[in-house]
Amino acid sequence: MENEILFKEKLAPDVKLIKVESPLIAKKAKSGQFIILRADEDSERIPLTIIDCDHKEGTITLVFKEVGASTKKLGTLEVKDRIHDLVGPLGNPSEIKFCGKVCVIGRGVAIAAAYERAKKLKETGNDVTTIISARTADLLIYKEDLKKISDRFYTVTDDGSEGVKGYANDVLKKLLDSGERFDLVYTVGAATLMRTVSEVTKPYNIKTIVSLNSLMVDGTGMCGCCRVTVGGKPMFTCVDGPEFDAHLVDFEEFRARIHMYDQEEKFALEHTEGKCKCKS
Amino acid sequence: MQELEVRLKQIPMPELLVEERLRTFNDVPLGYTEEQALAEAARCLQCENPLCVDVCPLHIDVPGFIRLIRLGAFREAAERVREKSCLPAVCGSVCPQEVLCMMGCKNTLGDPINIGALERFVAEWELERGTSILKIPQPTGKNVAVVGSGPAGLSVATELTKMGHHVVIFEALHEAGGVLTYGIPAFRLQKKVVKQEIDYIRKLGVEIRTNVIIGKTLTLDELFEEGFDSVFLGTGAGLPKLLGIPGENLCGVYSLNEFLIRINLMRAHGFPHKSITPIKVRGRVAILGARGLDAARCALRLGAEEASIFYQRKVVGRADEIRRGMEEGVKFQSLTKPLRLIGDGKGWVKQVELTRLELDPQGKIAKPKLIPKKGSEFLYDAETVVIATEHVPNTIATGNSSKNIKITEKQGTIFVDPETLEATQGIFAGGDVVSGAASVIKAIEAGKRAAQSINKYLMKKY
Repeated sequence: MENEILFKEKLAPDVKLIKVESPLIAKKAKSGQFIILRADEDSERIPLTIIDCDHKEGTITLVFKEVGASTKKLGTLEVKDRIHDLVGPLGNPSEIKFCGKVCVIGRGVAIAAAYERAKKLKETGNDVTTIISARTADLLIYKEDLKKISDRFYTVTDDGSEGVKGYANDVLKKLLDSGERFDLVYTVGAATLMRTVSEVTKPYNIKTIVSLNSLMVDGTGMCGCCRVTVGGKPMFTCVDGPEFDAHLVDFEEFRARIHMYDQEEKFALEHTEGKCKCKS
Repeated sequence: MQELEVRLKQIPMPELLVEERLRTFNDVPLGYTEEQALAEAARCLQCENPLCVDVCPLHIDVPGFIRLIRLGAFREAAERVREKSCLPAVCGSVCPQEVLCMMGCKNTLGDPINIGALERFVAEWELERGTSILKIPQPTGKNVAVVGSGPAGLSVATELTKMGHHVVIFEALHEAGGVLTYGIPAFRLQKKVVKQEIDYIRKLGVEIRTNVIIGKTLTLDELFEEGFDSVFLGTGAGLPKLLGIPGENLCGVYSLNEFLIRINLMRAHGFPHKSITPIKVRGRVAILGARGLDAARCALRLGAEEASIFYQRKVVGRADEIRRGMEEGVKFQSLTKPLRLIGDGKGWVKQVELTRLELDPQGKIAKPKLIPKKGSEFLYDAETVVIATEHVPNTIATGNSSKNIKITEKQGTIFVDPETLEATQGIFAGGDVVSGAASVIKAIEAGKRAAQSINKYLMKKY
């Protein structure tokens, strides 16, 4: 049945993978594209990157972290449940080609998207270095898969519970300072990670691509919720992106905009969990 | 004498009290009761050459349905309207009657007949009691894909179904209705009414598939490959045009579309009880642009301290809605133009800088031009800003396609044959996607006209 969850797996605390039946999207989806879904009738429309798709099976794979009320609701859906609304594929497919030496950097739940990209880049013959980072060790997902496909593989944790203690940009900087060179750096994850990686590669003039996780409503260019300044020009992440040249992105503005509803997010979460003080 | 006076005056439309309006998104005009409808219908002169019919883009038989109201035959009256309009309750509520049918009303001695209120009365009377379903002719075996479920798409689909063709409407959002659903707030058009009208169209046999983006999920080429004989593009004018001034990307700044979609489609006014989609309306709200009336009225309902519309010449909207907006406390600031948005240093908007405008003394009298008045710059404190200028068509639907569809560079509208509305062989278009942002009734009219051409195209093919 369309939109039915066929498979579900817990990848890390609060991080879940689902495989959803959607033959039309599976037939079309390309690397870098995303979908928008609504878990139930009251939920927000949320964008999620397509991690994998199976044309034959007619399924797409999504990975999400339960942070807000909407993702928590999505997390309560089990195998055989149906997602209320699912639309896509959205955004522009990214160009996957041979560049030579590439470095893929992901953080947290976005390591899933980094894995997808690393795999595709490896398949096209690139030499792939992967750096994955997270707050702590159990949030480092796709570790074994990435180890297999990467030519060099680094793990980084904020608390030092696994791999290097510190941040991914520091590891990248060390590599570059020690003479390592990349033809392309692809990074996805928290706004700070993408900004700091971009700052590291800029002096080396390395082409750097970011995949932005802007807030969205419709995802088709109607609302402009996802607007971001790229190279001094206003862009919509949904129709002009989601991938942009990192060196041109105004990260300060991007970060402010994705945190625009933090207060409401907290409130909605308290409400759905029955912890709020309001009466209904 | 007293009777004459009564006949000269329009029966006033009952409305929600102003104090109550600001606490809900409920309908402001409450609709006529049976007695009121009968009394208003009795005022119609039943002209022999009714101008009201000529002025109506759909040529609804106005004297005819009013005569039926007088006879108490409300169902027949509704059916009379439905013969020409697939969305009678919608038109009764949102059509600018004062510049259409009511302008044609020859009741020159007194107020024109409140045709919109009567149309709405019969349409809602019928929707509440259940619509009788028209007889659909034998299927022709022809399939038509309609892109977009707004007024143009619903109209063309209804007409083609009545001719015996099979129609599938593809809608990108999760709910059908286009601008009726995401754009027009509930206090002007109840969402229940929109749902009922669409349900009627579904019952006729029109299939509506939500969550399918033509140009992304399926392309135009694939629609033909899948066996559709013809395609109609009714994708509307849904892309916001920003002002291009500094500070537009600050937090707290919305495009009109985003503001309205969060409320109308995602029900953000029910946050967090009935919806978990948030909206931020705090302090004073500045609405920049002539299309901002709906946003201003929404902002006041969401607790804004003040809502001001800044515009150049004229606010877009029906006369009744502008009056209601004034009653609710919307501030109208004409002859102004925004220069920049100023942030608070933490990424949030704090103020808008504007300039007043004046007539260019050097300009031609026939073409009055507005220019900024020197030294008139002023600041307006605002924690929420809505940019409510123009909207242009979205070109997603025609993307990834081999079809030769010509699109204007500046406005993004689709070029069509003005007679047949054909864009390229087998593909037709109508409504805002062709005309640029216009009105619901014009889109319905375009849908009807396109249905005639599509029918001709289908029946002559093969």
